[in-house]
Amino acid sequence: MKPAPFDYLRPQTVEEAVRLLATTPDAKVLAGGQTLGPMLNLRLAQPAVLVDIGRIAELAAVTDDKDAVMIGATVTHAAIEDGRTPDPTGGFLPQVARGIAYRAVRTRGTIGGSLAHADPAADWLSALTALGAEIAIAGVRSSRRVPLSAFVRGAMETELGADELITGIRIRKLSSRARFGYHKICRKTGEFAEAIGVVVDDPERAYFCAVAGATGGRPLVMETRAAPGSGSVTVEDARQLLKGAHFTGDDYELTLHAAALHRAYQRAYAA
Amino acid sequence: MTAGQGIGARLLRKEDDRYMRGRGQYVGDIRLPGMQEVAFLRSPLAHARIRAIQIPAGIRDRVFIAEDLSGVAPIRADTSLPGFKSSVQPALATGKVRHVGELIAMCVAPTRAEAEDLVAEIDVDFEPLPAVHDMLAARQPGAPLVHEHWGDNLYLTTAIDVDFEAAVAKAAKSVTRELRTARQAMCPLEGRGVIASWNTRLDQLIVTSSTQQPHIVRTGLAECLGLDEGRVRVVAPDVGGGFGYKGILLPEEVALSWATRKLGVPLRWLEDRRENLIAGADCREHHYILTAYADADGRLLALDCEATVDSGAYSAYPFSACLEAGQIGSILPGLYDFPHYRCRTHSVATNKPPILPYRGVARTGVCFALEVTLDALARELGIEPKDLRFKSLVRPEQMPFDNIAKRHFDSGDYPEALRQAIEEIGFAEVRERQRRAEPDGRRIGIGFAMYAEQAGHGTSVYAAWGIPFVPGYEQCQARFTPDGGLELRIGAHSHGQGLETTLSQVAHSILGVPHERIKLVHGDTAETPYSTGTWGSRCMIMSGGAVAAACDELADRILRIAAGLLQARREDVRIEGGDVVGPSGRMAVAEVARTWYRRPQDLPGDLNPGGLELTGGYKAKRDTGTFSYATHAAVVAVDPETGEVEILDYAIVEDGGVLVNPMIVDGQVYGGVAQGIGTALYEEMRYDGQGQPLASTLSDYILPGPTEVPDVRILHMETPSPYTRFGQKGIGEGGAIAPPAAITNAINDALKDLGAELLVSPITPRRIVEAIGSARQRAAAA
Ligand SMILES: Cc1cc2nc3c(=O)[nH]c(=O)nc-3n(C[C@H](O)[C@H](O)[C@H](O)COP(=O)(O)OP(=O)(O)OC[C@H]3O[C@@H](n4cnc5c(N)ncnc54)[C@H](O)[C@@H]3O)c2cc1C
Repeated sequence: MKPAPFDYLRPQTVEEAVRLLATTPDAKVLAGGQTLGPMLNLRLAQPAVLVDIGRIAELAAVTDDKDAVMIGATVTHAAIEDGRTPDPTGGFLPQVARGIAYRAVRTRGTIGGSLAHADPAADWLSALTALGAEIAIAGVRSSRRVPLSAFVRGAMETELGADELITGIRIRKLSSRARFGYHKICRKTGEFAEAIGVVVDDPERAYFCAVAGATGGRPLVMETRAAPGSGSVTVEDARQLLKGAHFTGDDYELTLHAAALHRAYQRAYAA
Repeated sequence: MTAGQGIGARLLRKEDDRYMRGRGQYVGDIRLPGMQEVAFLRSPLAHARIRAIQIPAGIRDRVFIAEDLSGVAPIRADTSLPGFKSSVQPALATGKVRHVGELIAMCVAPTRAEAEDLVAEIDVDFEPLPAVHDMLAARQPGAPLVHEHWGDNLYLTTAIDVDFEAAVAKAAKSVTRELRTARQAMCPLEGRGVIASWNTRLDQLIVTSSTQQPHIVRTGLAECLGLDEGRVRVVAPDVGGGFGYKGILLPEEVALSWATRKLGVPLRWLEDRRENLIAGADCREHHYILTAYADADGRLLALDCEATVDSGAYSAYPFSACLEAGQIGSILPGLYDFPHYRCRTHSVATNKPPILPYRGVARTGVCFALEVTLDALARELGIEPKDLRFKSLVRPEQMPFDNIAKRHFDSGDYPEALRQAIEEIGFAEVRERQRRAEPDGRRIGIGFAMYAEQAGHGTSVYAAWGIPFVPGYEQCQARFTPDGGLELRIGAHSHGQGLETTLSQVAHSILGVPHERIKLVHGDTAETPYSTGTWGSRCMIMSGGAVAAACDELADRILRIAAGLLQARREDVRIEGGDVVGPSGRMAVAEVARTWYRRPQDLPGDLNPGGLELTGGYKAKRDTGTFSYATHAAVVAVDPETGEVEILDYAIVEDGGVLVNPMIVDGQVYGGVAQGIGTALYEEMRYDGQGQPLASTLSDYILPGPTEVPDVRILHMETPSPYTRFGQKGIGEGGAIAPPAAITNAINDALKDLGAELLVSPITPRRIVEAIGSARQRAAAA
């Protein structure tokens, strides 16, 4: 199928982009097009205007301050996979990036586009939630920063207004003692996840977070603050954690998510 | 015969040069002046009456519906099998729609996007009808009727009974299994595509179509449109994979052919993946209740089967709605020799797209049902599945062998193919490894599956069946060019099989013309002899035989001329290394050709005035087909927690008779295995209660990718067929037949200690986890 007719605009700055979004009825942001492209083709999305943010230099930038790194919204999965951007996590981000889709999709798909779309099965959503990332949003009136866990309301639903733009993702740096584990279960290489488990533990920062993703809604943050000892979390523990976090799904889905979470723990604490 | 560039050489494929450089030419690459694009309005409902179609007046001249198509007859693919009920498939729906995706209106615009805009403006008033989307439900009394006047939903029921009742008393053990294979959609890289145009000078319809059977499409189109066949030309350019889907006459082809004449401009329709998945290319859906009986010695005594095939809403042209079920009875006995047999089959109509032949046609489902049930029988007997097979396989000294269903196996050594597979896969080592538990908690399993692939079966088989075509003799037109090159024209089509290379090898073996000077012309009814086309793994047998026949005859004419020129007797000259060699000297074959065309004054008197251009014809000595066969062996690791399956090892021992190009054979097998893995583990077109397909893109319809297909080792045996020109057998489909059975047997072997058994394809992680769960519950209840 081919898209319904639309107009195409290509702003050069964030300011121009948000102005266009605010003043053009029925406009939609185009980043890598790896989600929006198929939706246009299937006519599931029929915007009047596409605002292509691919040429806005400030959105492709990565800035490093002492504590955190701000990754621009249009940085691609491939750039992160290849280590072409500073990595605040000591290897966690490239590992996640490598498991997204296929290389061709990663070459165009952007981190901002993935978060804006907020597909529950998407990798960045779960991984960055576990990292406690913040999302930077620009609008005509104001700019703001929102924790990712508050940004996502549900499946493909976010805090983002129709006239707002994600400008970047702020990720605090992990210390060298940090441990992380990411486990994605999917039908085949390059597919969206059926279940995701993420564990991030940074003793130096006293930070711990365990997340279950691809649950059909927003990522579930486990109700456990303390970092358990290496290998001590069993599959049964993982099941209980999921139930405690109000996991909904049938028995098979629970089994799969428990396995993903359990394996994320095992990876994080593997010798 | 010669290797070098002849039969048996592993030559790189000629056609790959243009494919690898992106210089192939597919329907999607062709643009004709003034060409318009077509998009179709398709039924969103599985079963409904059309009350009214509203088309805005402003676009009425660019939209066509059934009532506009004056003089167009529906597509009709009947068989002469007794009791067959006929369906009539209109190009555009008349009165009623019978499956989601059925064509309702054709919209014409300068671009596809604009044509789709027109589609969006049409409004159809439907009266929804209850839909029947499950073949077993469709067989029940009171089910909604797909074709009301039938009174039921059965295209055809067949039955075969060979002294079955006597078996039951003699049997020591038996197992009964209910098995199912999912509905799939064939996914060639290139979908279907059609360009129709009317040539006013020739007063001829020219249809350029992505088809593997141009001559059959020509006949079908002529019949639907009421045109003399001479006024229809069908061209098949490069075709990006067929697998059976491209053998079908499409309603789209009929609709565009009618409209191009009406509008006076060329029209093109390119199928997109969504159309391909939801409406176009359905295949494979079988259901079995199969009982296998063994005697006290663990030999197979009998099979008793009730098989149902979901044939969908219409009988597709030319192979009919009964191609699958109609063959099950004769394929089911597999490679085994046993005395008692009963099989009933049902071809059932449902509110789903017509079922089409897909690589392996019927055999993939049959091999799955039989080989998985045999493993269950072996477990019941407490013996190794391989040993059950050794006891019952047809033995080499019985060849040629007429089996219980009257199939005539031409040659081979089936037990040897199993022995070699056992060796190659390292059976003893795998059993040893199973005794040690895996450190990661996964379970290892090993499975075998065997099949025979009937190929190139001809007149006698198809005449009995009575579908719209019956293959007879196959022809090749061969001619030397004035500079000594060779042109071969065949009516079959090559779209991945490598015929441009292998048929050249055949010709080279006979005439010695260098490979690079041989050109295969195919894919155009105006330039090639009639042929039923490329299907049933027949081309190397039939087109290969025809090329050899034409080249033999050309060789004779060359030798006659050369004998005169060399002043030798015809009996004393022969072709050798591209030269004609006689007692007193030699001359190049090319020089003989040059003399014929350019210097006729030098020709001797005693020659055939027909010249160096002729048609040769061929039919195998016996037309019941060749039977290549293979053993597939798989080793898998199953994660009992998540249900994930990894194929650790895969080996094949296959016998395709004399291999014309072993490298191309391997390529055919690899591709088939990838598709077989899709059937085994991934591909499934599911439907909801209203008959809506639940997959419409490749993110819901999962195909295996490179990381899901393991390295496959192929070992060849080469038992020549006694019936074909140089002992070759058809091998094009085999790779896709056995993987679901071999992989399922391996998974069931891995899970046997847990009491879990999988009997459906595809075996998804969910199905594995649920099978283990219910086995645990059964164990706890016991
Ligand atoms: C075959 C395939 C497989 C895939 N597999 C995976 C996978 O395994 N895991 C995974 O996580 N993802 C997967 N994806 C999705 C991929 O990661 C996409 O790239 C991503 O989801 C969207 O990013 P994009 O830059 O392409 O956004 P686009 O498609 O351009 O846009 C997506 C949506 O976000 C909006 N948007 C984009 N950028 C912004 C912004 N800066 N501010 C506000 N709104 C914005 C758009 O308006 C649109 O609604 C897959 C995609 C494909 C095609």
